[in-house]
Amino acid sequence: MTEPRLVEVRRNVLKQNDVIARALREQFRAAGVFVVSLVSSPGSGKTAFLEKMLTDLQPRYRVAALVGDLATENDALRLARSRAPVKQITTGTLCHLEAAMVQTALQDWNLHQLDFLFIENVGNLVCPSSYDLGENVRLVLMSVTEGEDKPLKYPTIFNSADITIVSKNDLADAVEFDWKTAHASIQSVRPGMKVFRLSAKTGDGMNEYLAFLSQQLAEHRAVAHTHT
Amino acid sequence: MHELSIAMGIVDAALEEAERRGVQVNAVHLRLGALSGVVKDALLFSYEMACQDTPLQGSRLIVEDVPVVVFCPQCQERRTLASVQSFSCPECGSPTRDILQGKELEVFALEIEEQEVGG
Repeated sequence: MTEPRLVEVRRNVLKQNDVIARALREQFRAAGVFVVSLVSSPGSGKTAFLEKMLTDLQPRYRVAALVGDLATENDALRLARSRAPVKQITTGTLCHLEAAMVQTALQDWNLHQLDFLFIENVGNLVCPSSYDLGENVRLVLMSVTEGEDKPLKYPTIFNSADITIVSKNDLADAVEFDWKTAHASIQSVRPGMKVFRLSAKTGDGMNEYLAFLSQQLAEHRAVAHTHT
Repeated sequence: MHELSIAMGIVDAALEEAERRGVQVNAVHLRLGALSGVVKDALLFSYEMACQDTPLQGSRLIVEDVPVVVFCPQCQERRTLASVQSFSCPECGSPTRDILQGKELEVFALEIEEQEVGG
């Protein structure tokens, strides 16, 4: 005879990813490297922004990047122009990066020799939100051409991010971008979110953002130092 | 769509628990937070695929939707959000980013069929 019964198990489905992400975060802390991940929809200017960031930071800092892409290595080739170390993670059909992929990609890198590490996720505003990569801050990019209500359409990813970058600001007038509405959308899904408005093409707004990053690195190291 | 890999994670976790207990699973109960980043319908569809050729084939996935609960700093109370598009207190309107619940992606329980020993 059999009888159905309910047994409680309480298992976090993403535990394996979370455990690796925690280990990565500890590794980053110990090495004193500040890690920034980037998420956005395809075509929001993520790679151009990253290229600009690597180029501008390089005179003062040691920077490197991991870039996730479905199939091509175009982004890595493009970013190689910045002369920073760049490694491609080709995800095949997978629509997001997972902590284990970051861990594998970093195996032969000496993190102690870096100040900033950037991790560019696959262009996708849905799937990456579930996966912690051990990053210190997560940036979400939205370009002015995408519309002011992007955060309301993808609240989960915006809520999981620490900073919003509004990119392609040089096109704002042409597309009649309504800054006030956009700002309200962002603050609605993530109250208090830090927002930077910039153009990787003209460089407008980059300095303010880069100064913020420098400050984050200094704070990160001060905290790491008191823990050791 | 990452629901297939999530579904495979659910199947792995459920199988491990079932094997440990030596039981047959009829249904898997999942707690799914509104902020988990997982689409329920896609997950239900993927679950069937993920179960194929495993001892879980034919089992059901029962999803319990978990709403977002925040702490309102103004009211000093737990509040349930009606929508993930507005992180402000439904009572007083104060914005808050203090999330207490809603990111769950948890295999909560297994409905099992137990062989009665020596019966």
